[in-house]
Amino acid sequence: MSADPRHGGPDMPPLRPDGKLDVEALLQDLEHYRPRRRGWHWREPVPDQRLHKFTYKETSKGLERSVPLPAAHYFGDIDPQPDCVITTEIASGRFEDDIRRMRMAAWHGADHMMVIRTAGQSHMDGLLEGTPEGVGGIAVTRKQVRATRRALDMVEDEVGRPINFHSYVSGVAGPEMAVMFAEEGVNGAHQDPQYNILYRNINMYRSFVDAAVAKHVMAAVRMAQIDGAHNANATAVEAWNVMPELLVQHAINCAYSVAVGMPKEDICLSTVPPDAAPAPCMRMDLPYAVALRDLFGEYKMRAQENTRYMEADGRDATVSHVMNLMISRLTSADIQSTITPDEGRNVPWHYNNVAAVNTAKQSLVGMDGLREMVKLDREAPELKAKVREIKERAVLFLEGMLEDGGYFAAVEEAYFVDSGLYPETHDDGIARKSDGGVAAGSIVPRADDYLAPVCHHFGVNHLPDGCDAEGGPHAPAGAMKPCDLIGGCTLCDIEKVPYIDELDPEDNVDVRLAQTKEIRERGLIKPEVEWAADGWVVVTLFLPAAPRVAEFAALEFGRAMNLQECEVINRQVMHPAEGTLIEMKGRLDVVVDPARLVIPPEPVVMQDEEIKAFVAEKGLKCVAATVGEDEHSVGMREIIDIKHGGLEKWGFSCEYLGTSVPVEKVLDAAIEHAAQVVLISTIITHGDMHRSNMEKLADLAVEKGVRDRLLLISGGTQVTDELARGWGMDAGFGRGTAGINVASFIVETMRERGM
Amino acid sequence: MARPDTYHEIRGHLAELTDEQLEERFWALAQRVVDPMVELARTHTSPSIERSVLMRMGVPSPTCVAVVGECEKRGLLGHGAGHVVLHCATAWECPAPEAALRLAAGEGWDLAEEKWRGAR
Repeated sequence: MSADPRHGGPDMPPLRPDGKLDVEALLQDLEHYRPRRRGWHWREPVPDQRLHKFTYKETSKGLERSVPLPAAHYFGDIDPQPDCVITTEIASGRFEDDIRRMRMAAWHGADHMMVIRTAGQSHMDGLLEGTPEGVGGIAVTRKQVRATRRALDMVEDEVGRPINFHSYVSGVAGPEMAVMFAEEGVNGAHQDPQYNILYRNINMYRSFVDAAVAKHVMAAVRMAQIDGAHNANATAVEAWNVMPELLVQHAINCAYSVAVGMPKEDICLSTVPPDAAPAPCMRMDLPYAVALRDLFGEYKMRAQENTRYMEADGRDATVSHVMNLMISRLTSADIQSTITPDEGRNVPWHYNNVAAVNTAKQSLVGMDGLREMVKLDREAPELKAKVREIKERAVLFLEGMLEDGGYFAAVEEAYFVDSGLYPETHDDGIARKSDGGVAAGSIVPRADDYLAPVCHHFGVNHLPDGCDAEGGPHAPAGAMKPCDLIGGCTLCDIEKVPYIDELDPEDNVDVRLAQTKEIRERGLIKPEVEWAADGWVVVTLFLPAAPRVAEFAALEFGRAMNLQECEVINRQVMHPAEGTLIEMKGRLDVVVDPARLVIPPEPVVMQDEEIKAFVAEKGLKCVAATVGEDEHSVGMREIIDIKHGGLEKWGFSCEYLGTSVPVEKVLDAAIEHAAQVVLISTIITHGDMHRSNMEKLADLAVEKGVRDRLLLISGGTQVTDELARGWGMDAGFGRGTAGINVASFIVETMRERGM
Repeated sequence: MARPDTYHEIRGHLAELTDEQLEERFWALAQRVVDPMVELARTHTSPSIERSVLMRMGVPSPTCVAVVGECEKRGLLGHGAGHVVLHCATAWECPAPEAALRLAAGEGWDLAEEKWRGAR
């Protein structure tokens, strides 16, 4: 049976913005779920897009639902979407939690969900079935993939833009991964046999032989491919010296992919600016970025953030990211990847995925159209010379490889990931033996009657005469296809795809969900960063102590705060003796039941016309001042000035008496002007100044017999409504108050009291 | 072996090339590097490739592991694990996934041995 192609199937209603993703419902009836499309989705560019009062040069079709950047409320709440696809990398070890993270990231503008695979899976000769919990990534299995794709179908309907789902076609089971991904509607994958060889020590012959079949299957469903060259940059001792080699690695994977049938437009280069400050990184990395785009102009660029020099400081990582984004904008990027700013210290936390996506969105939109005014000077002597030199060194690298016997011989001789600037070598590259590594000796020649009765198979295949060797659902009508021999293959007939549920009775999603069942069903709240109810929180402390002392003192404070498993995740010296900034994580084993919370109703704001009519009818007047020995005036001006959307906007007549005004004078002025409203501002709180001024104002008003005909209102950064009322005011307004809040309160209260 | 930076000494033959010629040379060399590897892939197979063939034939992954493992042991991989399954499915007049399941249970290997006698 075919499932409803919309909203993840017949039993899955569309997501509602005010409702959580129902993980349990998502897992039901998975055997009948079918992916609704294949292949990669690029954003749809909108040239000269008009949004609010601006024209954008490098944006794409907008989202139906999203969370815009923090400052958007000044700009008509627009949320411009950059032209390039934005990636977020996700892998908490539990897919059932990752899908909630994907939904959050999608609302902030991510449309490429890259699921990191647990490292050990590279060495599994075959597929895994079920959903075991992963370490440092998740176990990629059919059930995990299917549930995730189904969730993403619903999320893409919710935000109004197709979402690309991505994982890894690597390791010793590459061809199987490729087939499973093709069957399950995965849209993109990392595939680079060089990665297997250098970083996973998988036999080199096996890696390349497998890669040809895997790539061919990926191409059949137009999956986007991302290579693995950036890992050289992340591994080399001096990353700035691997630039020639990076070009060579990209070229080998590109040329190989094209040779086995992959269209160039589906091939993406994973490229990272190799350097970071305090190196003069932009001047070092730009020539490389230019050389790369010159040589690989027919391919796509997946721009990644530098991780080689990432430390535990989120601010530092974010600045590196922004500088990398500037290189993307000055050159080009088709996919902009994001690394979470906490990756240097944690397995990334979900809100940091959102932070990284926003860093990319904010920077790309902020630099929109920059190239219309700022261009690279290709004739500048340093840039021109460096671009040429990097290309020449890469050519010399290829010449050296061929002289030494080709790719396999070069790997044996440790050509790759050497920290010398080729042709210089430091003899610290990665060497692999052609007869060594995982799965050595496992390839066999195809015999004279080798036969694979399936479509989209790469290589020698002794099919019957007249058979269209490629086959597949788009084979020429009437032509015999390879899978006609068996009555259809899974790439032609999706109903032939088998489904297996959890094989492990203990390590599976149902067992994991049972542990948090009560919290979910009762709607309880517990802090989390990766997994539902994991309890992790982070605390920031400045401690006036040297770094090591501060670190141990922080752990003590953590215990006092009732946190468990405290760990310092970042420390930054402010001064060797004066103090250290500490960020510490710990688990908080506390649950809050929202049903028991006393939440005051949100203040209701009135319509402009209604307020204006009331103010005009009553001729409302205010007297305002900053009281006590207090020279702050900005806050009060925000509340009364027409320029800031203050009370004057609705016709209030406001008499501002200035700063450091005695309370008596304020009250006298109110009486003199026959005002109905008194506004006092108190910022300074030393010695409870704010309290005594409020109490004094209230007492004086009673003494003078005017309390009943005045509304007494106080405001200030430390003021709350509760405190102010306790000290004799009619209302108090704290941080974040706007004129509309005060105006609404005045009108409502005066109506209530018949004033 | 460590080597100093000989770039300026060995770049002579590239110095006179235009940028375009240099880029053409880059891609021609890359093609020369990958050509023999593509040929290796075209003419060889592996356990993972054969399992991917069985998967495309609709066979569940644990069954693929069992059938391909047995093909390897019996020296039949070079003929194609899908070929072995197809041979038995034809003989048994059953769908390929069912034939794979029976092979995984130890049935039918005599049919394969008979067809590819001496293949081992």
